[in-house]
Amino acid sequence: MSELKATRDAYGDALIELGKKDKNVVVLDADLSESTKTAKFREHFPDRFFNMGIAEQNMIDVAAGLSTCGKIVFTSTFALFATGRPWEQIRNTVAYSNLDVKIAASHSGISVGADGSSHQSLEDIAIMRVIPNMRVIVPCDAPESFKATIEAASIPGPFYIRFGREKVPVITSKNDDFEIGKARVLKDGSDVAIISCGMMVFLSLEAAQMLEKEGINAAVIDMHTIKPIDTKILSQFADKARAVVTAEEHSVIGGLGSAVSEFLSETLPVPVYKIGTRDTFGQSGNPVDLIKKYKMTAGDIAEAARKAVSRK
Amino acid sequence: MKYEEKSLKRKAAELRIEIVDMITRAGSGHPGGSLSAIDLLTVLYYSIIKVDPQKPDWNERDRFVLSKGHAAPAIYAILADLGFFPKEKLTGLRQFGSILQGHPDMRKVPGIDISTGSLGQGLSVAVGMALAGKIDKKKYKVFALLGDGEIQEGQIWEASMAAAHYNLDNLCMAVDHNGLQIDGKIEDVMNPSPIEDKFISFGWKVKSIDGHSLKEIYDAWNWARSTENGKPSAIIAKTVKGKGVSFMENVVGFHGKAPTKEQGREALDSLKKALNGVK
Ligand SMILES: Cc1ncc(C[n+]2csc(CCOP(=O)(O)OP(=O)(O)O)c2C)c(N)n1
Ligand SMILES: [Mg+2]
Repeated sequence: MSELKATRDAYGDALIELGKKDKNVVVLDADLSESTKTAKFREHFPDRFFNMGIAEQNMIDVAAGLSTCGKIVFTSTFALFATGRPWEQIRNTVAYSNLDVKIAASHSGISVGADGSSHQSLEDIAIMRVIPNMRVIVPCDAPESFKATIEAASIPGPFYIRFGREKVPVITSKNDDFEIGKARVLKDGSDVAIISCGMMVFLSLEAAQMLEKEGINAAVIDMHTIKPIDTKILSQFADKARAVVTAEEHSVIGGLGSAVSEFLSETLPVPVYKIGTRDTFGQSGNPVDLIKKYKMTAGDIAEAARKAVSRK
Repeated sequence: MKYEEKSLKRKAAELRIEIVDMITRAGSGHPGGSLSAIDLLTVLYYSIIKVDPQKPDWNERDRFVLSKGHAAPAIYAILADLGFFPKEKLTGLRQFGSILQGHPDMRKVPGIDISTGSLGQGLSVAVGMALAGKIDKKKYKVFALLGDGEIQEGQIWEASMAAAHYNLDNLCMAVDHNGLQIDGKIEDVMNPSPIEDKFISFGWKVKSIDGHSLKEIYDAWNWARSTENGKPSAIIAKTVKGKGVSFMENVVGFHGKAPTKEQGREALDSLKKALNGVK
């Protein structure tokens, strides 16, 4: 078994790195600093950390105000409250004026587990992706989360970066190239292209192994940047494999699967099977049971791949 | 800067003409809340705030947030008059391709520090600007203007709490207390009073003034900018919506409706008379 680390932990590490490099980096949190890992930044840079209390709408616009004065601002809380509560503040004040606010949220997706539906964000990618100027990043593991955080700080304008609560396998390495907007091909393949993000990437790699045994040669693509999506890689692999599966820890409505479908349906229509929750809320449970319940296991991904291949 | 009553009076009268002219031409816009706010803004921009039309992005400048963004014509008239952009642009208000959008756009208009239009957000932005000033130990002040209906937004109170919590005595806020919103009197729609007590209990220092007395406004902005006792300051300015145009004064209908051409002419005639009468 490979090393396990939560993506939120890597975010916390990256903030410290950023804080050392640039005195204009400021971090805001909404009473969840231990959970989101911004507490690490607070320890190192108490003068540049501000707890905004349980007031997410205010937090976003305070970040906007700070950014107009030259600050690079990270705002953190749970994904649902980071994007849902202050959506209109993000849309009208941050994104409209293309301000340097990085919304970096933890506890995304169904794997939040025991807290149940009120804390399981399955719509956040959709509601961030729809906003002009907003970039959306869903890193697959800790090293990628670290790099995504560092890079987002260096690119002007708003970002939504989505982290998870649970420890997930480390599948990339510190030295791997990473560039926002450039998908990474983790496994080449010609029969079907599995495009995934977040912790679904390691499950997709497992699915590809299962398929390999059946003689199905699946490519696995880590689509860490959902917006702007890497259309070059999408075209290349849709053309080669002619069958696509997407996998995300999010609703199939509006997320990665939708983004992939939107592009391919206009340019290179091939079957696209989507793994994700299907127009439903979550519930309490341990992550493993929940992933099973909502048909998001490696086996489910493999099954979708078989279907996609059979459609060719 | 010194208080010069006559020149401020003249300026406010000129700006009222500009506002009514702009909105009449555009055929849409918000005359009521622009006219109730213009005395507050005239005193602020011509005798208090430190900004430089030649260097709109000057780091040390005072900031201004028009949280009630629908009063855009008022700030546009001022910024044009001060030379932030050519006066000819004023005729483009709300037109296709114009820099003067229906609500202020910081990416289009030099001198606008933040885009607004969605009510309830500006005070939070001002808190962010004031916080940045504290982090960087800068001397600049942050001014903000809110509507009295706008303070029904819950976010205003989140921001108020944060401003006091972080001791933002570099934050100077005024409420344009004209008593009206779109659906009627604020006290009938959703009564925010007692406004003064609310801000006091949130940890602010508060001053109530007549929002059309230039001297009182001048003293209040000065009080707000000069006291440094760890508290943000709030000016509750009693105003008249539509002030200066008799048929608009206290008329709810002129919140977001332009005068007809005929009404516009009538309004401009009386405003010009008022300007000539300034002693
Ligand atoms: C969030 C939001 N809700 C509704 C509106 C529509 N709206 C524009 S002005 C206004 C009334 C504002 O009243 P007030 O704050 O008292 O402004 P004033 O009287 O100074 O014009 C409303 C409801 C808006 N711009 N933003
Ligand atoms: Mg009002």
